[in-house]
Amino acid sequence: MTAPADCRVAFSAALMDVAAADPRIVAVANDSVGSSNLKDFRRRFPERLIDVGIAEQNLVGVAAGLANGGKIPFVCAAACFLTARALEQIKVDCAYSRRNVKLCGMASGMAYGELGPTHHSIEDLAWLRAIAGLTVLVPADPIETDLAVRAAAAFDGPVFLRISRMKVPAVHPDDYRFRIGRAVCLRQGSDVTLAANGTVVWRALEAARQLAAEGISARVLNFSTVQPIDREAILRAAEETGGIVAAEEHTVHGGLGSAIAEVVVGSRPVPMRLIGVPGVFAPTGSAEWLMEHFGITAAGIRAAALQLVEQRVSHGTPARTGN
Amino acid sequence: MVTDIAELASLANRLRRRSLEMVHRAGLGHPGGDLSAADILVTLFLGVLGIDPLQPSAPNRDRFIMSKGHSSAAYYGVLAIAGFLPESGLDTYMQPLSMLNGHPDRNKVPGVEANTGALGHGLPIAVGAAMAARIDHAAWRTFVLTGDGELQEGSNWEAAMAAAHYGLDNLTLVVDRNGFQQGGATESTMRLHPLAEKFRAFGWAVREVDGHDHAQLLSVFHALPFEPAKPNCVIARTHKGKGVSFIEDRAEWHHRVPTAAEVAAAIRELEAATP
Repeated sequence: MTAPADCRVAFSAALMDVAAADPRIVAVANDSVGSSNLKDFRRRFPERLIDVGIAEQNLVGVAAGLANGGKIPFVCAAACFLTARALEQIKVDCAYSRRNVKLCGMASGMAYGELGPTHHSIEDLAWLRAIAGLTVLVPADPIETDLAVRAAAAFDGPVFLRISRMKVPAVHPDDYRFRIGRAVCLRQGSDVTLAANGTVVWRALEAARQLAAEGISARVLNFSTVQPIDREAILRAAEETGGIVAAEEHTVHGGLGSAIAEVVVGSRPVPMRLIGVPGVFAPTGSAEWLMEHFGITAAGIRAAALQLVEQRVSHGTPARTGN
Repeated sequence: MVTDIAELASLANRLRRRSLEMVHRAGLGHPGGDLSAADILVTLFLGVLGIDPLQPSAPNRDRFIMSKGHSSAAYYGVLAIAGFLPESGLDTYMQPLSMLNGHPDRNKVPGVEANTGALGHGLPIAVGAAMAARIDHAAWRTFVLTGDGELQEGSNWEAAMAAAHYGLDNLTLVVDRNGFQQGGATESTMRLHPLAEKFRAFGWAVREVDGHDHAQLLSVFHALPFEPAKPNCVIARTHKGKGVSFIEDRAEWHHRVPTAAEVAAAIRELEAATP
């Protein structure tokens, strides 16, 4: 694994690249130029950086208006304030209006650690994936962040990009091809599936390595698109591995795990385990400490996978069915 | 462009009649606000806006954003008068699968710039549109019509700050100042007075006009921009339900539906008043 890196660096570098290639691209900030790593963007494209101050409803409305005027706005704001404070503007001005706005939720999840639940954004996926027509992307490392920014810029429609500031190692090869709507298999396996996204993918890979040492073959899927969810990858995983652990830096209510469960329960019921924040406001602690506290770790994912495999053995259900 | 005052007055009363018929047929709607906004809408669409119904998405068109999306009967009606919709289609207002939803959808209705209905959304969108024109050094202008009760939404004041901060003199806010909102008078619900002073304090150039006087409306819109580097605010003093004696200035007509007899009586009054 490479040295862990802050995805905001890849984010802003990619944004400058796409902005250099397409004059329609503008950045919109809410006094978030520093926290969104946009200082270089402002230096290079001063007339294309619009700071509306601490005003998130206006932030998203202005972005919708910029899109009306032919621009492709990238709204860069702390995920907690962007999604909660401006949810109606996201729903109506961006999604329902089908405006070509890119909403970039920075320092998402529990990245703000000790700053507490006001600054945590662990409900955003639940809120946003309930909104029709909004594409929701959660890149897992700098390489995927770079590609997701480029894909969002090229995609005609509203997109939410969930960007962390927790450092993560690279989990994708340099020649990785990112596609909106496609879950990517990072490790083949047949006994159980570990589904994750964002800052949790490398932890799922680590869990899979530990499980392999114990003779359990775990498939690792990176669901960097939460909406539209990759139904095929889910159904294949259910069919071929017989159980799914979903792990995310988000409440277990309504996020990636729920999105997967909605597919599984309707089409191919298999046991699942959901790992995330269990419907509580986090106590004080650093981001990494909180991940440990809630078991959103390789050890937590491994333990849940073992439970699923043991449960299946005790029920006599084979992992593979059919064929 | 229609600049004949008598013709604008006649078109506005035609719009009032159509709005009442639409609300009656749909059994739903917001006739009070439709009627208060009719003169503003007709003046803007027929006499001011640089728009072409044959090219509703032309990049250099003036933008008009209907923030008070609940006045949709009048909005669809004026879009029809301006040629964006067939007037016969207005009869489908709020019928199942009609493109004419109770609140406008830009993806269904030509000429609609933003999906509105949730209040306090239009002004921020208009600020963004005006910024886009500014970035491109383009000459097109942005207009937004809000209700007055709607100004109780804080998002408007976020946008008001931004418009002045960025010196958007290519932006014009028109306030349909009819003094009423759903539950009663604006001033007893949540006071807006002194509204002009509020906008001036936020850095806007403000004019107050009689929102039913087409000459005053035309004249104020032809005077744009009022001051360099300041966004423009036109406070149009209006009467909710204007033009029909038994609807005018009565809060219950915010969303009361007229009976067939009331529509007929209203049409008689409007025809008698039309030049």
